[in-house]
Amino acid sequence: MSSEVINTKRAKQAATGPYGKVGHALNELDDRLGVAKGGRTFLDKIFPDHWSFMLGEIALYSFVVLLATGVFLTLYYIPSTALTTYHGSYLPLDGQRVTEAYASSVNLSFAVRAGLLMRQMHHWACDIFIGAIVVHMARVFFTGAFRKPRELNWTIGTTLMILAIVNGFLGYSLPDDLVSGTGIRIAYSIILSIPVVGSYLGFLVFGGNFPGTMVIPRFFILHVLIVPALILGLVGAHLFLLVRQKHTQFPGKGRTENNVVGTPMFPVFMAKTTGFLLVVAGVTALLGAFAQINPIWQFGPYEASRISYAVQPDWYMGFLDGALRIWPSWSFHSFGYTIPLEVTVPAVILPGILFNIAYVWPAFERKFTKDFAMHNLLDRPSNRPKRTAAGVAVLSLLSMLFIASSTDVIANFFHLPLNQVLWGMRILVILSPFVAYPVTWKICQELRVVEGGGKRKTTNVVTRTAQGEYVATAAPAYVDDVHAELEASEVPTFIVDETDEQGSAGTRTVDR
Amino acid sequence: MSEHDESRTPVALSGLSANDPHLQPAARNPQLVERVIALCFLVGIILVIGFGACYWVNAKPWTLGATMGGGLFFLGVGLVAWGKYLMPRGPFVEERHTLANSEGDRDAFAAAIVERGGTVIKRRKMLGGLLGGGLGIFSIVAIFPLIRSLGPLPKSTLFHTDWRPGSFAVDITGRRVRKGDLAVGSIVTVYPEGFQDTDNGQAVDQTVLIRISNQDFTTQKGRETWGPAGYIAYSKLCTHLGCPVGLYEQQLQLLVCPCHQSMFNATNGAVPNFGPAPRPLPQLPLYIDADGYLRAQKDYGQPVGPGFWERS
Ligand code: HEM
Ligand code: FES
Repeated sequence: MSSEVINTKRAKQAATGPYGKVGHALNELDDRLGVAKGGRTFLDKIFPDHWSFMLGEIALYSFVVLLATGVFLTLYYIPSTALTTYHGSYLPLDGQRVTEAYASSVNLSFAVRAGLLMRQMHHWACDIFIGAIVVHMARVFFTGAFRKPRELNWTIGTTLMILAIVNGFLGYSLPDDLVSGTGIRIAYSIILSIPVVGSYLGFLVFGGNFPGTMVIPRFFILHVLIVPALILGLVGAHLFLLVRQKHTQFPGKGRTENNVVGTPMFPVFMAKTTGFLLVVAGVTALLGAFAQINPIWQFGPYEASRISYAVQPDWYMGFLDGALRIWPSWSFHSFGYTIPLEVTVPAVILPGILFNIAYVWPAFERKFTKDFAMHNLLDRPSNRPKRTAAGVAVLSLLSMLFIASSTDVIANFFHLPLNQVLWGMRILVILSPFVAYPVTWKICQELRVVEGGGKRKTTNVVTRTAQGEYVATAAPAYVDDVHAELEASEVPTFIVDETDEQGSAGTRTVDR
Repeated sequence: MSEHDESRTPVALSGLSANDPHLQPAARNPQLVERVIALCFLVGIILVIGFGACYWVNAKPWTLGATMGGGLFFLGVGLVAWGKYLMPRGPFVEERHTLANSEGDRDAFAAAIVERGGTVIKRRKMLGGLLGGGLGIFSIVAIFPLIRSLGPLPKSTLFHTDWRPGSFAVDITGRRVRKGDLAVGSIVTVYPEGFQDTDNGQAVDQTVLIRISNQDFTTQKGRETWGPAGYIAYSKLCTHLGCPVGLYEQQLQLLVCPCHQSMFNATNGAVPNFGPAPRPLPQLPLYIDADGYLRAQKDYGQPVGPGFWERS
């Protein structure tokens, strides 16, 4: 193309082709990177529609909120335990000797514009993040989405859950207030309880005996860089596998193991999901505005010999706290050594077992069911009574442990002796999985035989033929029927001609 | 009837004519929906501007959150509704292609690794061994500075505190505690003099000093002289997980840990009688000197706080 030709404005426009400037820019990009084909495939990618697929998105978007608000916090937070005298706008603390970490967190809440909002959004986003991960994980579990070929993504997801919990704990520790300091103290003691290497580990992590001098700076760099980087990398891998293997989908009309039915990436899914990001951020900001969380200025600074009477960790730590409360005080001593079982069992071995069950479940199920096939269609939980019952059993165990973390609150509220509450919780914790399993199993069995269960309810059109016969046929799904994808329930035998022994001849009974 | 039916049958995205039912919006009344969405966006815009204004005038924190949250929320809801109701309703279908490659490709891949790599390495076993050994040794050696520098070794740190024979018991302000300072039934946290404002003093040496009436006191064997004039001192670190045992239930004379409700019998060697704590709180032997000051006879005879492996 000679340069004179494209020098006129009109010629320039002609040269860009039918897709105008955008097309031109895309061509330039394709010349250099070869993105046209892959890009098209990406924009055409089909996403199945189901509300439960939104749970992972909530997790992802609350992580985005965590990153954004977290970066804001790092600009003001000082990760140091050096002492300073607080002189700020929160008068009750004025003149107190506190750590830089605590003073800067209080300043974030009172002196920095929008600082309190960012802190509260960060904390709320953390609680939502971990909650969404757990519910998302339950969705994947109960629908069997972890089966071949998606085992690796299940493993990545489980790791993400653990990292999220760890980072939540680390962040909770940073303000160095009375409650978080108590949490660190407990974490240190849990590390100490690990047989053989516990005291060495504790000293290495804390840079000496508790409280050491290093814990806040170390927790800080773990919390803002190392763990988030790991999470970010694993989230990338998680999404890459998702795109590569494509979504699972529930069975339904036109849906098979070999296709995906839904709406395309561009523009439908993009619009919905971007909107959803804004909604998650908006809801987090509203919570940050109206629901106070972690008012560190009320707790006061951490002092090792003071304690707040309402020590309560963030919700995702509740099950551990509950386990620590109800586990009996059995310590093991022998040959001059101690295994503090009263700590090791509930705080190290129990979570170890639970997380490992999550890791090995796909392999376990493959082995147990001898099902090595590929699965792209999801299970209805009721069609898998054993798996569903096992999942509910674990969830109910965790819920009971969570409730057990409030034994003192329950005792106060209901005016019961603490001892009774303790024993009640012990019994509930032990019983709950054994009750949940058979009950769930039974409910699943019942649901499987419910007529028309899992099918679309239909209206039937009854027509009278020229011969005077009545015929019932299923009416088609109406346009906006949310269950339109499901198979229609059977057309009942509408009219039975009971000319057999029991009925008197000629009677027509309606069988419905 | 059949038109509706067809519209629910998934079709491929490409090659649809412009008036295909799959490309129509899902809403039955698109004009109305469009107006509602526009309203959402407008409210969102107003709130987002409000956020800017609130920030500018440094309004109360909740107004910042309310305007920003509300703004993002309405913009988001509008966008979701746009995607859900005004964009092609589908459903569309996309084929899944098996990820697995053909036998031939797999074999070629495996062959490349096993045969090519195998022969090269097998032929030079010694080189491979040396290289592997070198890298292996490096990773082990590198672990030492990486991990070992993180902190000191525990050695005997966990076995003693800063209490020495003759240490004065002082309160948090450094004031020495004297006989007669405490009323019967009251309690104070004490530290060895000179350590009350150190990290270690706060975290490890913290001790509860209780005054109980003499007749309530059960002296344990070997500790007859440890609690002069009804003053007894226990480590304040819970033997469960090291929370400060901060509550004193005067009536029952119980020391209560608020973390997991372990209770220690103050009048009987701080033996735990409830909760997960496995051991009594260690007792600090006290004496009262000629001037009436409370002092330690010696250090605690055992590690304070939670259990660990080396503790016998
Ligand atoms: C992986 C996800 C994350 C989780 C679950 C999480 C969780 C938390 C929690 C629960 C807190 C205590 C907040 C409070 O009430 O003050 C916190 C504090 C903090 N977080 Fe995060 N966070 C995450 C990621 C990040 C990132 C990526 C950064 C920075 C780049 C960050 C920076 C901070 C800072 C500076 C604080 C201290 C703020 C203060 O003391 O006021 N966080 N985090
Ligand atoms: S730390 Fe005292 S009861 Fe757990």
